[in-house]
Amino acid sequence: MQITVNGRVLNVAAEAETPLLYVLRNDAGCKGVRYGCGAGQCGACMVIIDGKPVQACDVPVSAVAGKSITTVEGIGSEEKPHPLQSAFVEEQAAQCGYCITGIIMSAKVLLDSNPSPSDAQIKEALSKNLCRCGTHLRIVRAIKRAAAEMSGARS
Amino acid sequence: MAETTTKRKLPGSLEINRQLSQWLTINKNGTVDMRPGKIEIGQGILTAVRQIVAEELDVNIDRVKVTAASTPTSPNEGTTSGSRSIEESGVAFRYAAAEARELLLARAGVKLGVSIEQLSVNDGVVKAPSGATVSYWDVTSDDLLQREATGEAKPKAHTQHKIVGTGAKRIDIPAKVLGKPVYVQDMQTADLVHARVVRPPSQFAELLSVDIDDVKKMPGVVAVVQDGRFLAVVAEREEQAIRAQARLRRNAKWKEVAQLPEFNPRYLLARTPKTEVFSEKKGTPAQGKEFSAEYTRMFLAHASLAPSCAVARCDNGKYTVWTHSQSIYPLRVELAPALGVPEEDVVLHHVEGAGCYGQNAADFVATDAAVIARSVPGRTIRLQWMRDEEFQWEPFSSAMVVKTRATLSPDGFVTDWNMDIWSHGHGSRPGRVDGKSNLLAAWYTEKSLPRAPTGNPPLPGGGSHRNGVPIYDYPNQRVTNHLITDQLLCVSSLRGLGSQTNVFAIECSMDEMALAADVDPIAFRIRHLKDPRAVAVLEKVAQMAKWQPKEKGANNKGRGVGFARYKNAAGYMAMIAEVELGEQLRVTKIWSAVDVGQIINTDGLTNQIEGGIVQAVSFVLKEEVKYDRVRITQASWDDYPILSFTEVPDVEVALINRPELPPVGAGEGTQGPVAAAIGNALFNAAGVRVRDMPITRERIVAAAAS
Repeated sequence: MQITVNGRVLNVAAEAETPLLYVLRNDAGCKGVRYGCGAGQCGACMVIIDGKPVQACDVPVSAVAGKSITTVEGIGSEEKPHPLQSAFVEEQAAQCGYCITGIIMSAKVLLDSNPSPSDAQIKEALSKNLCRCGTHLRIVRAIKRAAAEMSGARS
Repeated sequence: MAETTTKRKLPGSLEINRQLSQWLTINKNGTVDMRPGKIEIGQGILTAVRQIVAEELDVNIDRVKVTAASTPTSPNEGTTSGSRSIEESGVAFRYAAAEARELLLARAGVKLGVSIEQLSVNDGVVKAPSGATVSYWDVTSDDLLQREATGEAKPKAHTQHKIVGTGAKRIDIPAKVLGKPVYVQDMQTADLVHARVVRPPSQFAELLSVDIDDVKKMPGVVAVVQDGRFLAVVAEREEQAIRAQARLRRNAKWKEVAQLPEFNPRYLLARTPKTEVFSEKKGTPAQGKEFSAEYTRMFLAHASLAPSCAVARCDNGKYTVWTHSQSIYPLRVELAPALGVPEEDVVLHHVEGAGCYGQNAADFVATDAAVIARSVPGRTIRLQWMRDEEFQWEPFSSAMVVKTRATLSPDGFVTDWNMDIWSHGHGSRPGRVDGKSNLLAAWYTEKSLPRAPTGNPPLPGGGSHRNGVPIYDYPNQRVTNHLITDQLLCVSSLRGLGSQTNVFAIECSMDEMALAADVDPIAFRIRHLKDPRAVAVLEKVAQMAKWQPKEKGANNKGRGVGFARYKNAAGYMAMIAEVELGEQLRVTKIWSAVDVGQIINTDGLTNQIEGGIVQAVSFVLKEEVKYDRVRITQASWDDYPILSFTEVPDVEVALINRPELPPVGAGEGTQGPVAAAIGNALFNAAGVRVRDMPITRERIVAAAAS
């Protein structure tokens, strides 16, 4: 079985029903895909498949064979962070930070289809993501900042 | 004449870690290493103490490298808790860095041939009036800080601060947003194997039988551990460990007992407590109208976003554990006897986990991992608790009952205050040396240790009695703590400890009496306060929210006030909550005015306050640990919902900076005032007084009917 992670083809050694999460973390080395609940309830392991947000803990690796998966490692780097990642630093939109990578992935899907979302639309797009530290308001501000910067860059 | 051996008292944690070299190293390569014994839990402490060091040394903050706490290399700063890190670690670094600066300047002065007073420093470059320079990096040497601190170097006056008091950006956030492997959950080594524990279905269950042989034959399984009633599996791949765990769970037969209390905090009233009157004041005999009430709260969970995790190795009987424990030194003290080895054979390294807000399962999973490592010597084992295990086996925050009885004089003053608090202990952190243990696995292994009773951190901070003494000036007062030391549900510290329920009780009572006295609730509080800082935060929050004296809610919308000074010694927090009662109670906005003395990092402080407020709203509206008489029954976020993005209120924070005063803790002080402000706002909105938390629809309906 093969999957494509951030543009790289990966031969999967795991059994078919293994949750995608463990393949991404342990075989692809994408530790930014976080384990939070294993039941698709917290969003810490959010990745993007076919343009849609998917919780990697809740989907067997066999279901994504041949598909292209984007993780947080695939959208930006230290040298060239994604505007969302820069905006989260600018707004200091993290406390423990464990939920943040999943939230950034949900936000990326939102901004890809809606370049200037309202606060309510952002909150709605994050309805599958939990944050326990109470950083919600900063997170919303960071996403708005990223949206503004991305629109500015396009125009 | 005999010399006196009394050591001078040193500031903060310098008192117990007196060598300057324990704290700082000035390197020849132009960097400064600092080694805090406190740990990062998302509160930004490492950034704040780094600001303090850069400030006192007069170096660019980028030169300062922070090393995470580790038992071989860090000063022993005990536990990172109680919002004490700035007071303990921050102050120690302030004096250590000020002294290091003096030592460096003395050497630079000799080189430049001028006296110290004539020198100026800019980013580590020391300049004489002639323009001649020499840098810290030129004059430093390995023995520079190999000496005991004197505590005599004078830190800078706050008016000279350029780095402290700014919103310096957190050092840990960039790696986190990029998804770097920064958490203990992310550790990876070439020889890493994955472990999972199989716990009993309930705490007091006896193991009748277990078949481990067919689990051993499963693909990838490296070991199956059976040590008394402690069961675990180790496998090459993580998903193999999870499958083996599921099989071993099925293969273990247990006998359970119905030993948990009823699902109502009032069970506490029927248990035998240790009773202590801890505040008593007798003034003029009280006359007037009497008010009495009973307040409760259910058990709460820390519910960290990441289930707890630890990595451990056992090599030739010596243990190394990587842990997100807040207490690496105290944990070592208690872990060594649980493993049956001397303390020097246990090394602990702190690696970040998710936010914990108190003692979550960090210490438990670290113990589990060490016990498992013993069975797989020479390999690195990574133990990840699963979500259901975290929800069922983390130490909870105790349910509480608080009874109040007060007298209001005809002229509108509280003349008598009585409060009785019932709770289990709020402090079960590691560090015991009495042969008993609070480390979960230690109760289940073959050579088990007896379970320790629950207790409280001592006064004045206290545990269940934290903020039990009202800050208000009442002529007669009696506050009694009834501590239930048995531990039916496993309990320990959660953000704010008992202060949330105690402040809720005090502040709801204050509102009721203000109403009876026909005085505005803010004015009523102020007339019972002598401390100008307390008055200032109340006035500030009233101004921010455009509070109208004696304002009344309408159409199920209303606002309410809550106030406390955390531990009666740390930050002052005044809150106004705006609520709307529909199908559920909704908190739409919180205004908050805060005074924590000198502010080290403005944005970090605001972030802590905002987060504390949002989490407090979640506690009050939603959270209660679910259990029946046999088991903890919650396994997922469906069973223990927390506030979601669409439910989060708008939050406005105003900081009152007091740079001339010592910095005090901020992170936990929001819990009580927010709870009270919501309770008072609900009454203001709908005329319903709910005294039981969480304030759910069911409780509002019940209170309205009574």
